[in-house]
Amino acid sequence: MDDKKRNEAYNKYVKAKLPKTRPWPSLFNSFLVGGIICCLGQGINDLILLWFPNMAEQSAWAYTLIVLIFIASFLTGIGIYDKIGKFAGGGSIVPITGFSNSIASPAIEFKHEGIIYGICVKMFTIAGPVIVVGIVSSILVGIIYLFI
Amino acid sequence: MYYLWVFLIGGFICMLGQVLIIYTNITSARILVTFVLIGVLLEAFGIFDPISSFARAGINVPIIGFGASLAKGAIGAVKAKGLLGAFTGGLEATAGGIAAAVIFAFIFALIFKSKTKN
Repeated sequence: MDDKKRNEAYNKYVKAKLPKTRPWPSLFNSFLVGGIICCLGQGINDLILLWFPNMAEQSAWAYTLIVLIFIASFLTGIGIYDKIGKFAGGGSIVPITGFSNSIASPAIEFKHEGIIYGICVKMFTIAGPVIVVGIVSSILVGIIYLFI
Repeated sequence: MYYLWVFLIGGFICMLGQVLIIYTNITSARILVTFVLIGVLLEAFGIFDPISSFARAGINVPIIGFGASLAKGAIGAVKAKGLLGAFTGGLEATAGGIAAAVIFAFIFALIFKSKTKN
């Protein structure tokens, strides 16, 4: 069997083994859960502004995100966020809670490899690229704004 | 009443992520990177703030908001500090979120054990 045929056979095998997601229920679920998480964020933001009316809008958003991140890390720790993720797909990945989950989940999973090489290193397996791309693109945008 | 907008727009953005998953089998790291880039671009072209003014948490809670505040920080700092701002602004604006994610993940990783996945 030459390489091309073998690759084709392998791709077929991979395709057969990949988990199938039925489009319609999963789209609806991601919409529902994503919307609920955003409403939760709005609720937290409104409460913060209610308790601290003098707070700047941007600081209130920062606190809101910190609270959401706390909730998501905790839910990841007790294993509930994974269950939400199975149900919601993109609805649990795209909000900031998904970013938090992507840091907490490998940190907890690789705990047994030690604090430095387990928790601290694996923490950034998914979030690392996000932070790198974010920093690089924001620096580029900043430099472009310097010249216009 | 604005909670309806928050729900619809936030839900729609998350559904776009699910569309990417279904049609491209994209991994979650790529989804996050894609949406951060979308956020940076929206802010760079000045489209983010008009959307944010009525979508509120609907666009600030999705990771698009994280990308937008990276770009917003960089742009603001460039105007105040010049070139140095391009380097410091982005991280400064998002430091709270990143630091929170790191510290809570670290604490909960020390406390909890991983659940065996079926």
